[in-house]
Amino acid sequence: MSDSQVVSNQVVVHGAAEGAHHEHLPYQRHHFETYAQQSDATNFAMWLFLLTEIMFFGGLFTAYLIYRNWYYPAFVEASHQLQIFWGTANTAVLITSSFTMAMGVWSAEMKKKGALVLCLVITFILGIVFLGIKTIEYSEKIEKHHVPGFHYSMQSFLNPQSDPEVYKEYKDKPLPYDMARHTEIYFFLYFAMTGMHALHMIIGIAILGFMIFRARAGAYTTGHVTFVENFGLYWHFVDIIWIYLFPLLYLISRHQ
Amino acid sequence: MSAPHDKDFESIEQHEHEHHIVSPRIYLTIVCVLLIMTGLTVAASYVEMGIFNPIVALAIAAFKMILVVLFFMHVKYSTKLTKLTVGAGVFTFLILVGMTLSDYWTRAWGRW
Repeated sequence: MSDSQVVSNQVVVHGAAEGAHHEHLPYQRHHFETYAQQSDATNFAMWLFLLTEIMFFGGLFTAYLIYRNWYYPAFVEASHQLQIFWGTANTAVLITSSFTMAMGVWSAEMKKKGALVLCLVITFILGIVFLGIKTIEYSEKIEKHHVPGFHYSMQSFLNPQSDPEVYKEYKDKPLPYDMARHTEIYFFLYFAMTGMHALHMIIGIAILGFMIFRARAGAYTTGHVTFVENFGLYWHFVDIIWIYLFPLLYLISRHQ
Repeated sequence: MSAPHDKDFESIEQHEHEHHIVSPRIYLTIVCVLLIMTGLTVAASYVEMGIFNPIVALAIAAFKMILVVLFFMHVKYSTKLTKLTVGAGVFTFLILVGMTLSDYWTRAWGRW
């Protein structure tokens, strides 16, 4: 995927004298018959990578479903600690960033350099905004000692009235000690899932930063859009993970 | 290098692989639907529906995922190979979740 050098659209003929070679665009690798074949192969490879990602996150989702069924009351009360407002805001930010990324792919396909750079920059900024909101949420968990580990505190669940902001909205009943202990598993999965998602965002943002520089040099507006296209697939995939994390972590236990 | 039947195959491939450019109008429609669905899923979570709360939330999430996959990720306009790959991914994921949960749900009845 790293073959996106800045090149003009001249046709390169490798070893034409031998008669066994064919003319092709400069960004077509020599071992492919056609450019379409090359881009299909790269696209297929990207999807195979995304399949491994599905299985990776799939394991986390499965663990979440099992433990939620197992320690249901603990998961319900622990999920009341999340603020739906921030979750919704982040969902909107991420969906919008997916849109700007899709528009970036379109700009590259239409060879509009300025529009491509603009789209990538907006996507980059929205990615940072997402992480910023996540930081606000994480720091609240840290303040309340809801990070699993030695300093974990079950106070909010053993005595819900000690946590007035959450109590006035949900009126949770105190959990027995044995069940309250399992809220730690909820927060473990919360941090594992949103943390892995955030790590994917950080990697994505880093690649976006790299792409912005390359796009400014005209790298993706030569007709060779594979890199932008496949990065788009990655970005949308990360969006889909959040589309599931949001209802599972924030929404489905509001009433129980 | 190419026998006659190879040529035929190539022309079929060429035709199927024509690069389809999705228009901004479609992207704009999809993002609007996605944002509306997000609002809808939040609104639904404020309505007491008992067991249907998670079902509705996951159904909306699945719908949003399908829109993203088909249009943002261009699968609607992709080759059969890509469609099959995506289908295989979903199928394998459902096996992972389905088989694991069916195991948990059918052993040690009521004790967990």
